[in-house]
Amino acid sequence: MPDLSINFAGIKSPNPFWLASAPPANCGYQVMKAFDEGWGGAVWKTLGVPVVNVSSRYGSVNYRNTRMHGFNNIELITDRPLEDNLKEIEEVKKHFPDHAIIASLMVETKEQWHQIIKDCENAGADGFELNFGCPHGMCERGMGSAVSQEPDVLKTIVGWVMEAATKPVITKLSPNISHITDPGVAAIAGGTDALSLINTVKSIVGINLDNYAPYPEVDGKGTNGGYCGPAVKPIALHLLKDLAQHPETGKLPISGIGGIESWRDVVEFILLGASSVQVCTAVMHYGFGIVREMESGLVQFMNDKGYNTIYDFVGKALPNVVEWQDLNLKHKVIAEINEDKCIGCELCYISCEDGAHQAIGLNEGSRVPYIIEENCVGCNLCSLVCPVEDCITMKKVDDGTEQLTWSERTAAGDIPTTFNDERAGGRGHWVPEPTAALKK
Amino acid sequence: MAEYKRPKTEEEFEANFPPKKPLMNETEAYYESSRCLFCYDAPCITACPTGIDIPLFIKQIQTGNTEGAARTIFDANWLGNACGKVCPTGVLCEGACVYNGQNVKPIEIGRLQNYATDAVIEQDVELFKQGDDNGRKVAIIGAGPAGIACACELRVLGYQVDIFEAKSQPSGLMVHGTAPYKITNADALKEMDYLQKQLNYNIKYNSPIISKEQISDLETNYDAIFIGVGIGPTATLGMPGENMEGVVGAVEFIEELRMKHHKVIVPDRVIVLGGGNTAMDAASESARMGAESVILAYRNSKENKGAYDFEYDTIINSGAKGMFNVQPIEIVGNGKATGVKFVRTKSHNDKLENIPGSEFVLECDLVIKATGQAKMAKFLGMIDELELDNSNRIVVNEENYQTTNPKYFAGGDSVNGGAEVVNGAYDGKVAANGIHEWLNKS
Repeated sequence: MPDLSINFAGIKSPNPFWLASAPPANCGYQVMKAFDEGWGGAVWKTLGVPVVNVSSRYGSVNYRNTRMHGFNNIELITDRPLEDNLKEIEEVKKHFPDHAIIASLMVETKEQWHQIIKDCENAGADGFELNFGCPHGMCERGMGSAVSQEPDVLKTIVGWVMEAATKPVITKLSPNISHITDPGVAAIAGGTDALSLINTVKSIVGINLDNYAPYPEVDGKGTNGGYCGPAVKPIALHLLKDLAQHPETGKLPISGIGGIESWRDVVEFILLGASSVQVCTAVMHYGFGIVREMESGLVQFMNDKGYNTIYDFVGKALPNVVEWQDLNLKHKVIAEINEDKCIGCELCYISCEDGAHQAIGLNEGSRVPYIIEENCVGCNLCSLVCPVEDCITMKKVDDGTEQLTWSERTAAGDIPTTFNDERAGGRGHWVPEPTAALKK
Repeated sequence: MAEYKRPKTEEEFEANFPPKKPLMNETEAYYESSRCLFCYDAPCITACPTGIDIPLFIKQIQTGNTEGAARTIFDANWLGNACGKVCPTGVLCEGACVYNGQNVKPIEIGRLQNYATDAVIEQDVELFKQGDDNGRKVAIIGAGPAGIACACELRVLGYQVDIFEAKSQPSGLMVHGTAPYKITNADALKEMDYLQKQLNYNIKYNSPIISKEQISDLETNYDAIFIGVGIGPTATLGMPGENMEGVVGAVEFIEELRMKHHKVIVPDRVIVLGGGNTAMDAASESARMGAESVILAYRNSKENKGAYDFEYDTIINSGAKGMFNVQPIEIVGNGKATGVKFVRTKSHNDKLENIPGSEFVLECDLVIKATGQAKMAKFLGMIDELELDNSNRIVVNEENYQTTNPKYFAGGDSVNGGAEVVNGAYDGKVAANGIHEWLNKS
């Protein structure tokens, strides 16, 4: 059995699975229940001057019959008095001394920061997470994502925090910016011990087609919310990679957040540099029990790969994430259809025909399409639309001996430079006559 | 003890004949429609005799455009609701669903079709527009699926339409000859009302066309005539004892059941003669009416039966038994049938041969003959220059369903010899357009 425990910037946790600061970590009852079901840590619902919330608060993006493929909320930070929260933190720590409780904080003045940090440490919190990410309600008051968007302000506030904190401090960043490393570097300048991301993405999830109000509706009106759930995972992975590859931010522990639901998601975040993961939407959808699947899958993965600790593979995918110009232009794959598996939906045909490169043909009297190999650019589209597992695969057709990147071609002066340059990548590539479209 | 208790009330009757394709609720339709892959050049469309754009209407259901889905269905098939229920979808659209290729359950297309069409029928949504009156009149003989489909299409094209129906209700075999678990009278008639209300064709009930005079009147008063008379009563087998009490034709048996429900008393032991879909219906219905022993006896092998396999499964599941390679040679009894005398058969050089000395008698209280139906040869013979084939089916031009007498068009069972409702619906629609084209040419 591999060792799943972590020491995250000094915060010890029996496993890397943490509840994100959100409704599932709203009160002691929930956190206690989560720990009992296998979660290693919890980032408490953000503490500060308690707010007043609206009803309703959540909106969903459903894809066909999949509920909450994307999810957004307009709920604010805790609406419960600080003393109630602190009492419960103390209570949970009594029962679970080896589990991690991280107090998420969001206040305005230096005095408030100092006071709340002291109070939380007294209650037994193992560390802090500074909520500089919330993109709705709080940012308009100069907090949350507004701080991530102003690196100088962020640096100053982190500085205030570091003056008072004796426990590790994690700075949580908003994705609603151009370069994630800007607030990341500012947090380091302020003295942060670790980083976490992403907070939610500013969003409108949909409009009611009868009264034209955005979801979630509050008395016929709505407002932008924070988007999360499986749909945001790709955004989170990308920003995580940016932080992890940066010479400064990459040196700090990073807690990964954004659409994590299964062990596969967990492993992906770890491979891109996260050494703890935080989960909210999946718990809001399925309850705390999902941690069992995550843990079992992670253990299986580590056993299969021979890893003893999480740290054996933190960031292992990072060397493979390169700039576009450093990809090998000589690498070539083309699609291959397994005729035995093909069910004849012809989605590969029409997607290639209308949506890509006209490289799939149909045989008279058969519903199994064929690849027109000389037209196939190896884009993957057919293999992605195919509803049968491993029916369309991409086979490598270059011999692997040649390596040439855009950077190298640029250096050698061998790139297209004029509009009708002979070196255009698609030059000579077959496309049908425009009028052929009308003959079908 | 029989599989089914003899139904004594309408409720018990309905319990014995639960719908095979019950109406989906909103949640079922939502989840089922979400599974459709939206195939290119979808095989389900090709498999549908009326070519309904199935992936489109499924996507319309999925996106909450149920009315649009119903429009897509009715645009291709005027009997969209009935066909969703009575079509052998397992061998048509659902049989062609690509999911079958990976042993994934095919999309329940028939039930989704019901869901969409039932919604507009229930809410009486006005989907169709009568064409501007073009001053021409068409007579339709028979208010079955082919005749109704033809009438609907002609009304859209601006024709005045009079349908002459021998019985007192429209929809033909859907009301009189389909197993009650496929479609109820109420469901069939609901769609009929829905169509007629919007398209306003006339139906003259209890108006059989039986004389030469009537035919010449029609020819005088109408610009074109569509024949959708279906096929006739059960054919006689020419077997000794056939006219005894306790021997009925399957068509007549099923019709009586459809009309009288639990008031029909089916005796304990039933033998059904035949191997087609009508035989299956009669056997399954006898079992569901509480008969203790129902034996379906077919002269050929199980593999060579005419019925769909799923129809045979239905009879087995309802407690009937199949007996194959037995040729009935005589109904035995004393004024009233008490059994059927069979001789066993075997296949020899692709021909069926009786095995001498293998005769035996199987006792029973009721014999149901499902051995084929008489064609309407006598009636059709009264129409001049109307060519029939060797099986007394009307010969038509497949492009426009025009008969050899140009004023007459025909479709449905009287042309194909007895097929599905969906075939009639298709024929009627094509014939209407054939009539339109022909009248505008001449």
